[in-house]
Amino acid sequence: MYEYSDFDAAFVAERNRQFRAQVERRLAGSLTEDEFRPLRLMNGLYLQLHAYMLRVAIPYGTLRSAQMRQLAYIADRWDKGYGHFTTRQNIQFNWPKLTDVPDILEALAQVEMHSIQTSGNTIRNVTADHFAGAAADEIEDPRPVAELIRQWSTDHPEFQFLPRKFKIAVTGAPADRAVTASNDIGVRTVLNDRGEMGYQILVGGGLGRTPMVARVIRDFLPKADLLPYLEAIVSTYNLMGRRDNKFKARIKITVFENGLESFRDAVEAKFALYRSQFGGADQYLLAEIKAAFAPPAFRNAPVDAYDAGLAADAAFRTWAGTNLTAHRNDSHAIVTVSLKAHGETPGDASSDQMRLLADLADDYGYGELRISHEQNVILPHVHKSDLPVLFARLQQAGLATANAGLLSDIIACPGMDYCTLATARSIPVAQKLALHFKALGLEEEIGALKIKISGCINACGHHHVGHIGILGLDRAGVENYQVTLGGDHTENAAIGERAGPGFAYDEIVPAIERLLRAYLDLRGNASETFIETFRRLGAAPFKAALYPAETEDRDAA
Amino acid sequence: MSRRYIPKVVTANDLAMGDVVYLTADDRWSRHHHEAELIEDEAHAQLRLLNASAQKLLVVGPYLADAKAGPNGPEPIHFRETFRTRGPSNYVHGKQQDAARESTNV
Repeated sequence: MYEYSDFDAAFVAERNRQFRAQVERRLAGSLTEDEFRPLRLMNGLYLQLHAYMLRVAIPYGTLRSAQMRQLAYIADRWDKGYGHFTTRQNIQFNWPKLTDVPDILEALAQVEMHSIQTSGNTIRNVTADHFAGAAADEIEDPRPVAELIRQWSTDHPEFQFLPRKFKIAVTGAPADRAVTASNDIGVRTVLNDRGEMGYQILVGGGLGRTPMVARVIRDFLPKADLLPYLEAIVSTYNLMGRRDNKFKARIKITVFENGLESFRDAVEAKFALYRSQFGGADQYLLAEIKAAFAPPAFRNAPVDAYDAGLAADAAFRTWAGTNLTAHRNDSHAIVTVSLKAHGETPGDASSDQMRLLADLADDYGYGELRISHEQNVILPHVHKSDLPVLFARLQQAGLATANAGLLSDIIACPGMDYCTLATARSIPVAQKLALHFKALGLEEEIGALKIKISGCINACGHHHVGHIGILGLDRAGVENYQVTLGGDHTENAAIGERAGPGFAYDEIVPAIERLLRAYLDLRGNASETFIETFRRLGAAPFKAALYPAETEDRDAA
Repeated sequence: MSRRYIPKVVTANDLAMGDVVYLTADDRWSRHHHEAELIEDEAHAQLRLLNASAQKLLVVGPYLADAKAGPNGPEPIHFRETFRTRGPSNYVHGKQQDAARESTNV
């Protein structure tokens, strides 16, 4: 894994020293809140409903065990003993005191972590496939390039005051697990017809109040051209993007209003200029970064213990069926540790759980962990013979929930339980859905399903790309939940369509039950998933299930 | 006839702790909504907000929130303000945690 250079360490230390002084000046009164707010946001410190919130970057979702242990230490020492993993592979602490934040930032720096550019109109934490470096279908590990983008974008002098925030995601595999099409820029590793590796570049994706699937601006970009091309896109946006209206300031609107062709022409003109200016320095740096991401020496040992475990233990077999993914090394597996135990808060991990995960990573996973945008923890490289004992230790900590990819593996933003922007709660809706369908005993029968919940139109909970999306709104002073259907977060990204009027807080779970019972009645066979049935039949039968009374009224009329 | 003014409380977050606070009639910042000054006059509300906004070393982001009179003092009207009086619904954290501690100490 990448380790800080002297330059990185000095940069972070200097930023932390500056922020400590800024906090002191705020508390002493020589900085007003208006002056201090942008400074704290540059360091990921928000003021939420009940307390401050510190958002810490986990670049491309990759953590070492020592870093996970330090997050647990921070949670115990300065917060309430837990952390919340987010849909952008960050971790948020919900209860820090302003006066403690400089010490927290120093504790983060000790393990080469920080909160820089986790807020503000800058290039945010670069996200990547959470199975990077392990997935069987991978063309190339996307993390070296993600790290190169991180270094280029961190404190980039031209891009500290963009029209709006800017998000970049990278995937190295044809199966898109990084939701690249919902980012401002998506970078997809591809092979051209001559077998050469390069990137397909997408631009102008985003969810929020104007959801748009990103469009391809370059079908094939030679690898060495990546940074100058990204620089051309962001600097074109920096000039062309709107600053008069916050809601029209994202690059998706810039591309939409100017047209992709005209935006592309402007980018290509800049690219022609920048390409020669880079002069290959970035490629020299990339080669160094790549060495740091060399895969571990995968252990070669028999996998009999795994086969024996499958034969002997039904619970292990169930968990292996949902929470393991094919590894590129046959004797290994990728383990998804679900942070979605039924009734718990999606994405939350207690400090004890974090420490256990760090220990498990050391004992069975070459010290590596990943955070997924789906708010789970990944052990990317586990030898199959270790899986039974790993499972047993996860069980003891309440971390062995066998629900990856199922109904209760719900993405939920913090919603109005924490967030100042939220218009309704999302966490309790996720909790109720998980518990309700567990009690019904229908989760396994329903099978693969993506439910994603946002507590406001900004869509941190990715509801637009959920097979079932739930959007919490404030309708005349009452929480109200709109349902969208048919969204897709993969390489075939699609925005779900709104089913109709929203449901009250107490009505949303019964509505989803009607919808899913309709699916069970409508599916062609037990292996046809919800999204496949939806695509085959369209929205009409599902809307009829959501709104039975209205359908009857229309029939009667 | 002009519409009746909806009473207000002045609320903000504590600068150092981030906790939700309410301005009282005797110019304290209370952690409890029911101790807030219930302001029934619009001009007075603006003055109280100005007063709060000047206290830059104590609070952040003061604003006027709709409220109504209750048996133990002002009560919030909107659900967002109700959540602010107690804390999140997924853990007993925030004000509800403080309340639980206080009741066990009695």
